[in-house]
Amino acid sequence: MDITIHTTFLPHDDPDASLAFYRDVLGFEVRSDVGQGRMRWITVGPAGQPGTSILLAPPATDPGVTEDERRTITEMMAKGTYGWILLATPDLDATFEKVQAGDTEVVQEPTEQPYGVRDCAFRDPAGNLVRIQEVR
Amino acid sequence: MCKPEWRRARVQAQRLADLARLRRVRDRIDREYAQPLNVEALARDVNMSAGHLSRQFRAAYGESPYAYLMTRRIERATALLRRGDLSVTEVCFAVGCASLGTFTTRFTELVGMPPGAFRRQAAQATADRADAAGPDGDAGPAIHGEGMPACVAKQVSRPVRNREAPAGARPLA
Repeated sequence: MDITIHTTFLPHDDPDASLAFYRDVLGFEVRSDVGQGRMRWITVGPAGQPGTSILLAPPATDPGVTEDERRTITEMMAKGTYGWILLATPDLDATFEKVQAGDTEVVQEPTEQPYGVRDCAFRDPAGNLVRIQEVR
Repeated sequence: MCKPEWRRARVQAQRLADLARLRRVRDRIDREYAQPLNVEALARDVNMSAGHLSRQFRAAYGESPYAYLMTRRIERATALLRRGDLSVTEVCFAVGCASLGTFTTRFTELVGMPPGAFRRQAAQATADRADAAGPDGDAGPAIHGEGMPACVAKQVSRPVRNREAPAGARPLA
């Protein structure tokens, strides 16, 4: 079998704010942008890695999601317990400085963890936790 | 005059904004746990009274901001004690606790043994691993979480709170 991880998903509640974060702060390229208003599906990913993308999508759009479930998901996003992703970079300190300069909510400064990694963490505008780990 | 669905939408938008404020308080605790934080200062920064913040935070996350802060500090303290190069008192201050007594009490509640005993046990475990690996062996990371992303290992190895969020008390709140 030859399987790659092609696209993963993170929810947004304000497509323009999320687009600005992933494109302008993290420096990802925009691979597609469809829909309008809050119903926008935006595909982004790191330059030079066309095989892996993040789809920024409105949450709970499946018609099978009930009103209560939709409310639960939007509340979990707001309180920061819903979406998360783990990214990696060879230069954690430079990345941290750049992301922090982008007026991003910092959750954790670069920290040496007892389980052998060094990482930092931010919130994206939709409340998703974006953890960035140092590649050594 | 005002349609009920408009009112509902307004109430829900306010609720999401309140939850996002609580998230910022929680993130600030994660970020600044080693500072001399207190609930009054955290509340002031989000324009809430300390009592209101504590109640709302507990309703959203299942524990008070003070309990969350102490859990965060004890979590970091276990990591520093495993390193073995700092004394219990040094670790207590390094994680932002001003009182060794409070630190020891909370540590013992969360971890199941006092910090001094934990430090001795961690040192022994490291020595045992070093012996097993031979004289030039690497003692390896203190927590073994092979096969999981490190941030999952972080959550798995996080001290367990005494009081979990009550299930089904209020939807999500």
